[in-house]
Amino acid sequence: MSWDWQVFCQDTMDKEVVQGCFGKGGDITYLDWMLSAWGWTVSVSLSALVLALVLGSVIGTLRTLQGRPVVVRLGNAWVELFRNIPLLVQIFLWYHVVPTMFPAMQAVPGFVLVVLALGLFTSARIAEQVRSGIQALPRGQRYAGLAVGFTTFQTYRYVLLPMAFRIIIPPLTSETMNIFKNSSVAFAVSVAELTMFAMQAQEETSRGIEVYLAVTACYIVSAFAINRIMAFIEKRARVPGLIVAGGSGGH
Amino acid sequence: MNLSLDFSFYNWDLISNFVLKGLYFSLMLTLVATIGGVIFGTVLALMRLSGKKWLVVPATIYVNGMRSIPLVMVILWFFLLVPAIIGRPIGAELSAVVTFIAFEAAYFSEIMRAGIQSVPRGQVYAGQALGMTYGQNMKLVVLPQAFRNMLPVLLTQTIILFQDTSLVYAIGAYDMLKGFEVAGKNFGRPIEAYLAAAVLYFVMCYALSWMVKRLHQKIAIIR
Repeated sequence: MSWDWQVFCQDTMDKEVVQGCFGKGGDITYLDWMLSAWGWTVSVSLSALVLALVLGSVIGTLRTLQGRPVVVRLGNAWVELFRNIPLLVQIFLWYHVVPTMFPAMQAVPGFVLVVLALGLFTSARIAEQVRSGIQALPRGQRYAGLAVGFTTFQTYRYVLLPMAFRIIIPPLTSETMNIFKNSSVAFAVSVAELTMFAMQAQEETSRGIEVYLAVTACYIVSAFAINRIMAFIEKRARVPGLIVAGGSGGH
Repeated sequence: MNLSLDFSFYNWDLISNFVLKGLYFSLMLTLVATIGGVIFGTVLALMRLSGKKWLVVPATIYVNGMRSIPLVMVILWFFLLVPAIIGRPIGAELSAVVTFIAFEAAYFSEIMRAGIQSVPRGQVYAGQALGMTYGQNMKLVVLPQAFRNMLPVLLTQTIILFQDTSLVYAIGAYDMLKGFEVAGKNFGRPIEAYLAAAVLYFVMCYALSWMVKRLHQKIAIIR
């Protein structure tokens, strides 16, 4: 079989090859479509990442509070709930069930619902990492914080969390890469991201191999970019002499 | 809040007609992919640990490649490629089995590699000192201990694998989620169907992960 990369220069409507590969005046080529789909993948992933980081840090921290068994239990329940239901089912719940049960949610666009689903799903996993990061610290750190007169909040803010977050950068890196991969599940509720593009463009053009290769390349480039960005953050945030380079993180 | 749910349409007939077939496929896919994935994963791990460049490089490319693309894309790839290679169409179900073995092998190989590396070097040397060949050393000394060390992680990965089987939705294979969805569509009660699916997945995965936790406490090797 032969390659036909021209397919990306075709107009999506009349299948004519467009000069310069980018559509003009409102027409779009498959290349335009793929780049916009890549944009959707990135925006779904990054929005979900922000939500997951905020929620996951709060819940992971709550799960390590001492003398608050109820809060700890609630945190554990949150993690178990979102970890034990497949992401696809959670997306269906957000997309089909929640708007029916809460009519106020009907006006919310699908993009937001997918971000909520992916964000909450990932928040459980980040909460687990934050908890293990905090618990990996020597017990003396907490006591030292309390001994200098810090409140519990200050102990976490100035002593425990700065170290815990540095410890969990490696697992957070793979979680960030997971979010990008998991965003592909949004195809099931017709968010116009890369996997959705791959399925539709394959159907329309019958050039599945070329389309899939290009989409796969987009995913690999995204994964590589995250890897480098997180490595940079890890390097900048390193505390000299405290964390060994290439440490395996919180086990 | 609009809570007029009606689960009354769930009777045994419906469950055995729609859900059980899908549940059977999900479980079968999990089992076959775990066994196949562990076998190929072990081969990949041994290749990566062999120290021979012509074995290390292809295994590393395979594992890292599989791990950087989404499972849904891998499912689509195989569904497109396998019929093109063997020259005739294969069903979505068979395609899913092939895909999951190939995909999970990459993840299982990372677990196996960590497990093998967790066996102290002295054990390998002891085996060599007794005059064992590489094969005997692996089979009798290293792998049994490695399996024991990584069993909890392996089982946790199997639970994730069970959840991931729902992604065969992309190629229309009939798994547990699909069973609930079809039942919901046929009876005009999709909301209840999705909720029931979520509850069943949760109960199964939660029970399994609780058992893995118990097992982990029981079999941890005390050194």
